[in-house]
Amino acid sequence: MTKNLRVKSSEYIDETNRISFKFNGKTYHGFKGDTLASALLANNVHLVGRSFKYHRPRGIMTSGSEEPNAIVQINPGSNRTEPNVRATEVEIYEGLEASSQNCWPNVEFDIGGINNILSPFLPAGFYYKTFMWPASFWEKYEFFIRHSAGLGKSPTSSDPDIYDHRNIHCDVLVVGAGISGILAAKNAAKNNFKTLLVDEKNELGGSTIYENNEFNKIDKNAPSEWLKKEIEELKNIKNLEIKTRTSVAAYHQYNYLLARENLTDHLEIKDKTNKIRQRLLKIRARKVILATGSLERPLIFDNNDRPGIMLSSAVKKYSEFYGVACGSKNVFFTNNDSAYESALSLHNKGINVEAIIDIRNQSESKIVKKVIESGIKIYWSHSIVDTDGYKRLNSVSVMKLSNDGTSVTGNKISISCNCLGVAGGWTPAVHLYTQSGSKLKFDEEKQIFLPNQNTSEQISVGSCDGDFKIDEIITNLNKKLKDYLNINETDLDNTKVEIDQENSKRNIWLLPSDKPLGKTKPFVDYQNDATAKDIKLALREGFRSIEHVKRYTTTGMGTDQGKLGNMHALGIIADTAGVKMGELGTTTFRPPYTPLTFGTIVGRNVGKFFDIFRRTPMNDWHVENKAEFENVGQWKRAWYYPINGETMHQAVQRESKAARESAGILDASTLGKIDIQGSDASEFLNRVYTNAWSKLAIGKCRYGLMLNEDGMVYDDGVTTRLGENHYIMSTTTGGAANVLGKLEDYLQTEWPELDVYLTSVTDHYATVSLCGPNSKKILKKITPDLDLSDENFPHMSFKETNIGNIQCRIMRISFTGELSFEINVQASYGKDLWEKCMEAGKEFNITPYGTETMHLLRAEKGFIIVGQDTDGTMTPIDLQMDWIVSKKKYDFIGKRSLYRSDTMREDRKQLVGLLTDDPNVVLEEGAQIVSELNKSPVEMLGHVTSSYFSPNLNKSIALAVVRGGKDMMGKKLFVPMENKNINVTVANPVFYDAKNERLNA
Amino acid sequence: MFLINCPYCGERDQQEFKAGGEAHIERPKEPTELSDDEWAEYLFMRKNIKGVQFERWNHTHGCRKWFNMIRDTSNDEIKAIYKMGEKPPSQ
Repeated sequence: MTKNLRVKSSEYIDETNRISFKFNGKTYHGFKGDTLASALLANNVHLVGRSFKYHRPRGIMTSGSEEPNAIVQINPGSNRTEPNVRATEVEIYEGLEASSQNCWPNVEFDIGGINNILSPFLPAGFYYKTFMWPASFWEKYEFFIRHSAGLGKSPTSSDPDIYDHRNIHCDVLVVGAGISGILAAKNAAKNNFKTLLVDEKNELGGSTIYENNEFNKIDKNAPSEWLKKEIEELKNIKNLEIKTRTSVAAYHQYNYLLARENLTDHLEIKDKTNKIRQRLLKIRARKVILATGSLERPLIFDNNDRPGIMLSSAVKKYSEFYGVACGSKNVFFTNNDSAYESALSLHNKGINVEAIIDIRNQSESKIVKKVIESGIKIYWSHSIVDTDGYKRLNSVSVMKLSNDGTSVTGNKISISCNCLGVAGGWTPAVHLYTQSGSKLKFDEEKQIFLPNQNTSEQISVGSCDGDFKIDEIITNLNKKLKDYLNINETDLDNTKVEIDQENSKRNIWLLPSDKPLGKTKPFVDYQNDATAKDIKLALREGFRSIEHVKRYTTTGMGTDQGKLGNMHALGIIADTAGVKMGELGTTTFRPPYTPLTFGTIVGRNVGKFFDIFRRTPMNDWHVENKAEFENVGQWKRAWYYPINGETMHQAVQRESKAARESAGILDASTLGKIDIQGSDASEFLNRVYTNAWSKLAIGKCRYGLMLNEDGMVYDDGVTTRLGENHYIMSTTTGGAANVLGKLEDYLQTEWPELDVYLTSVTDHYATVSLCGPNSKKILKKITPDLDLSDENFPHMSFKETNIGNIQCRIMRISFTGELSFEINVQASYGKDLWEKCMEAGKEFNITPYGTETMHLLRAEKGFIIVGQDTDGTMTPIDLQMDWIVSKKKYDFIGKRSLYRSDTMREDRKQLVGLLTDDPNVVLEEGAQIVSELNKSPVEMLGHVTSSYFSPNLNKSIALAVVRGGKDMMGKKLFVPMENKNINVTVANPVFYDAKNERLNA
Repeated sequence: MFLINCPYCGERDQQEFKAGGEAHIERPKEPTELSDDEWAEYLFMRKNIKGVQFERWNHTHGCRKWFNMIRDTSNDEIKAIYKMGEKPPSQ
């Protein structure tokens, strides 16, 4: 029963290129150049979806990105599926599949349609009001609500497409390629401005390109013909880049705009692969010319949402541009002249126009006279009070409108029709304008919001600035361009425009009905099913702010963001509350203008590119030797090296024992390294560390603790004095960048008089840490000439030497409590050095160990890890590290804060050791600690920060922070867990070798 | 996204920079002479006003230099940028 409603060949439709596509499982045909909407209309399909709340049948309403109703699921079931796509924006291709959304089992028979019958019981705020009581029932309600609600379906497998980002810098960005945009871009580029012109459609020219009003002429040509020549000329202009299918999504401060360029959505599936689908353009423009045009408004009357009710401008575009008749019996309903252009357009193509219903008394314009001459019946001062037809409009009811426009009188006339074109006037598309922070003003005469105060380098031209007629557009554009671009002459100086002058309009936001408002459904927001009566209800219930009314009624909150109905919502609020629209203001227009895919937003930053990661020079060795890795900041660090199917626990126990009994080897390359030089380097270290540095001899190392100005531990590490004015500082792996930033901050802003230079050299050196009683023997094998005696090379000292031809720096320092050496070489020799050490250590069963074993070994010694045992609230005193805080130094970062009343409290949380009564029970890190079990509410004394089973002590050990813990040595505490309470005893945090004898073993 | 005119590198995108809080708060030269309240004033108290605000910024992903910015927080207009140690330009 499908019929072809193709009425004339259009130059934009390639009828030699027939395309088949599927909609709701049924195959249809269209032509190259069709949108899904135009192709469906050509097949006489109007019913394409169901509304969100009442599940009312809905059809195609517009011909552009403002579409509220015809939103479909593209390629359902495939990994390229996309929900909530506007059928009016989808260019069809061979093999395209689309389906309706928000309906079950199908769009023709939708169970949810029951909501339409129940609608008197579903007013605005229904969900807020009904499902609040009792609160505990919400989870049950939610299950059902989530199942009956919802728009499209998100894909369930990963997106096969590629997305990209690109930065663009230009002198002038022109947004919108209608007549204003084209002329603006042309004149800007001709005057040597590097210009970018973007438009969301695939064709340039906006609505003027199919403009057919015979009374409008530019230089004696039809505007469409004249504009085609202008577009042709664009091709020869240098400095001009044109991007079609490119929608500007956001206009941020300082002329930073984001646009989505669509590259493959219009191609057949086989042509989409391995190409960039969409590209996010990050545009920085010196000047922005907004030529975003305007959107036609609907009219608000009872049952104004049936399939077949469309914008008058859309009916015209489908006929003129796509060559499609939207109906066989057409009626127009208008408050201005634009519906007459649409009516005449249909009439001239032999499409039946039954009548025009005009709420005005009359119009003197030539086009109206022409329509009258053509014999089309016009009902002046009449209004539509109701419509009929469930899945497709079949008639409208018309009554005489009173002079004041508040009521209807007389007999009800029924006019049979299957398409109604509605023309409620034009709303400038000021969305991007206000996104930029610029302010609007309300024009009482035109009843529109217009650009008023610009906050950045920008102008608005054409109908988005309120110039709707071609003569206004060209005259004002010419003036604005000369002014804004500072040019003396333009192409437009001699352009002559003739137009049809009349432009009368009668604006009524909510049209009256013969029924009480409560019995009608005048939709304001089609997608969210918000009606005029919902808005009035919100006002009755006390909502005044437009932002509140929006959220309460959900007006303007759909995927279309209320592009059609927001003005009516404002108008109805203003009329009802008796305030001026200008005072009411608008809701905030937020980006994006049209929805963006997640793919476009993330671009290439997916999968392994989601975040950057860093690998050490020895990484390949770790991978080859089956290390498990953990992320430390951006680093991939070897975590442990399981052998023969060991669990992590087994591997760590083995590695830990080996490191203490013979020899272990650790990749410590990730530690931050900062090269510090300058004649004030020692003084600088004195100021940034808590301990004293002036007397550190050349060739010696010292552990340092760095605080924030608030006295809390910030970072730690060993710093080595390489020369009189030269140090190398090591920082924690995760803290390296922040430490460098903080030190730079103090150097540049507080102490610019200091002669100190900081360079990050983390990536320049690879570090191998040899540890254990046999580490000295291994080192001896690779540096036979170096005297490793305790006298020549004691703990906490440094030697520069060669291994073969490779220069290296060796520090005898220890994070494990064992005799140990850290060997630093240029990063590119890191793997080579590692392999040399492995080879030399073979006879000692040298065991590579990862971060987990390193943590265990240091915990046995009670060494803290900043960020694990500290959390930004721990002072060195809290850590029982008073020994490292110099009493002699007058000042260092954070010193004064250590004497604040709060930091001196005795009952602060302090670092202690914990031993479980049962040595086999290992505490959970993060577990809470209490002193009494039967008290309510129980006081939390602190928590476990590090916990391991120590193979060297053969028992469980833990570090914890406990309130007043310093004075609790030997005290019994409890760690309550879900199913049991664990008894623990407070202990010295140094569990192993408290006398540090092993350092010289 | 601001366009920030780094006094050492020129105009760059905001994402190269990091904001560093209120400007012209000098670290006391003799912290030990201060009472807890005076030290707390330096340590914790920062203005967060709607209007013209003096701020520190760092070109973290560029020259790593710190500088000062005068910014109107109500509309994010950058009124002036000047180097560390310089007096704010009269407005």
